[in-house]
Amino acid sequence: MQKIMVCIKRVVDYNVRIRVKPDGSGVMLDGVKMSVNPFDEIALEEALRIKERGSNIEVVAVSIGVAETQQQLRTALAMGADRAILVQTDVAVEPLTAARTFLAVANKENPDLILLGKQAIDDDANQTGQMLAAIWERPQATYASKIEISAGCACVTREVDAGLETIEVDLPAVVTVDLRLNEPRYVKLPDIMKAKKKPLDVTSLDALGVSSAAQHKTVKTEPPAQRQKGVLVKDVAELALVLKNKGLI
Amino acid sequence: MHKVLIVGEHDGRVLNPATAKCVTCAQGIPDADITIVLLGADTSQVAAQAASLAAVKFVLRVDRPENAHPLAAVFAPQVAALAADYSHILGPSTSFGKDLLPRVGGLLGVAQVSDLMAVEGAYRFRRPIYAGNAIVTVEADSSRKLIATVRVASFQAAPGGGNASIESKTLAVALPTHTRYVGAKSGSTDRPDLQTAARVVSGGRALGSAENFKLLFSLADKIGAAVGASRAAVDAGFAPNEMQVGQTGKIISPEMYIAIGISGAIQHLTGIKDARTIVAINKDGEAPIFEVADIGLVGDLFQIVPELTRLIGT
Repeated sequence: MQKIMVCIKRVVDYNVRIRVKPDGSGVMLDGVKMSVNPFDEIALEEALRIKERGSNIEVVAVSIGVAETQQQLRTALAMGADRAILVQTDVAVEPLTAARTFLAVANKENPDLILLGKQAIDDDANQTGQMLAAIWERPQATYASKIEISAGCACVTREVDAGLETIEVDLPAVVTVDLRLNEPRYVKLPDIMKAKKKPLDVTSLDALGVSSAAQHKTVKTEPPAQRQKGVLVKDVAELALVLKNKGLI
Repeated sequence: MHKVLIVGEHDGRVLNPATAKCVTCAQGIPDADITIVLLGADTSQVAAQAASLAAVKFVLRVDRPENAHPLAAVFAPQVAALAADYSHILGPSTSFGKDLLPRVGGLLGVAQVSDLMAVEGAYRFRRPIYAGNAIVTVEADSSRKLIATVRVASFQAAPGGGNASIESKTLAVALPTHTRYVGAKSGSTDRPDLQTAARVVSGGRALGSAENFKLLFSLADKIGAAVGASRAAVDAGFAPNEMQVGQTGKIISPEMYIAIGISGAIQHLTGIKDARTIVAINKDGEAPIFEVADIGLVGDLFQIVPELTRLIGT
């Protein structure tokens, strides 16, 4: 294991309350706090732990996005990534385009392992890792809650609907991570200072030969239907009665 | 006519009900001609179940030893090979479908619509983003294949009574050996399956311990319910991951959902908002769960739950 590539997305912070624009053209993003996608943060933390257990492993953080995405890559560098690459674009790329972009970077970097979140908390697509693995013609292990690296392969425990499943994949491979893989470290101030000196290269989709053309068009964005507020009952007896009358118990 | 291929989910014995929900979704596509494909080591049993779903025309069986476990890297090239004959490829938005379909999309160079919740046309769909805080209407390029995962909580299961023809298919596709199944650990119980249960009792951090979840199990067993948990309860180790309900866990649509000691973070509400009736029991009357609950009771769950369990069936 010599190199781990971690894909990172800049997204609206987990704690921000999302509001839809009145004209239905999207959600309000002006002045909203942006962060590293929490699942990608877990992916980076895992890469750093593998690096700390091994020797001479380089961790490269890669992102696609607007110029300000450098902020999230600086956070990744402060956490401990060795260097970062920003594929700068003002276009919101589809997961397939993101996968093609990461593939182009992977073809230059030749990582042994690519780690990323199972989904981004903005579009909730849950596609990029699987698509990247497909076009890279390499194994995928999605929804990882445990990753064990041994010679030439990774043993990955996956969170699936029925419980936990373990698969073994040859390296290089793509692993997408789930919530319970680890708890990401806090960034300390000296690390933020150090991160400013770490290399952050900026490239473009054009330079990588990737088209940003989209296959899907979002024609409308709406707030979800709201549930009506219900009634409060005063005690257990009334609760049991209401449930019985509704035929629920 | 739109030829729709649904990738069926099963464990070799039972067809996952998510498949029947995909059929209902597919019926929303104008002039749909529906085929279910089943990949497995031996799909004879589940093929019969798939063939009995109303509105399904064909069931394709792709049986080979390599298909014994649903590895996306092994299944995807086979689905991609079959895709040539279809305009639409659908799969359930379960851990099986979410793992597999994007890999098929990657192989075919086709973008995917995830978590399709409503069909507005053959290439026009609605889906949730931002944990369900916004709903987008998406139009896909009709000159390409349409690949989508179906948000199963948004659709009723297709009824039985069908009589599709079953065909065994041999695909000349080389399969990778770089991905190997090792094993599985499931917390299988006699209780109903969380994803498809008509009634669900769910607990949050306020339960305080794994031991206290027994209160919920007693109530659930009395009413024939499945048991779920909030992310906070799973993170705290009170319940295993497969019980998690919410944005990153299971998205469910039971007839009745009883949320006990769950405050109702938006990520949790995402997983339950299609429930017919939501009942909330929480000691904090200001908890956001009461904003969406049809019936609420403010109070101490440790008194309420045992008493409710006792009152039911008396």
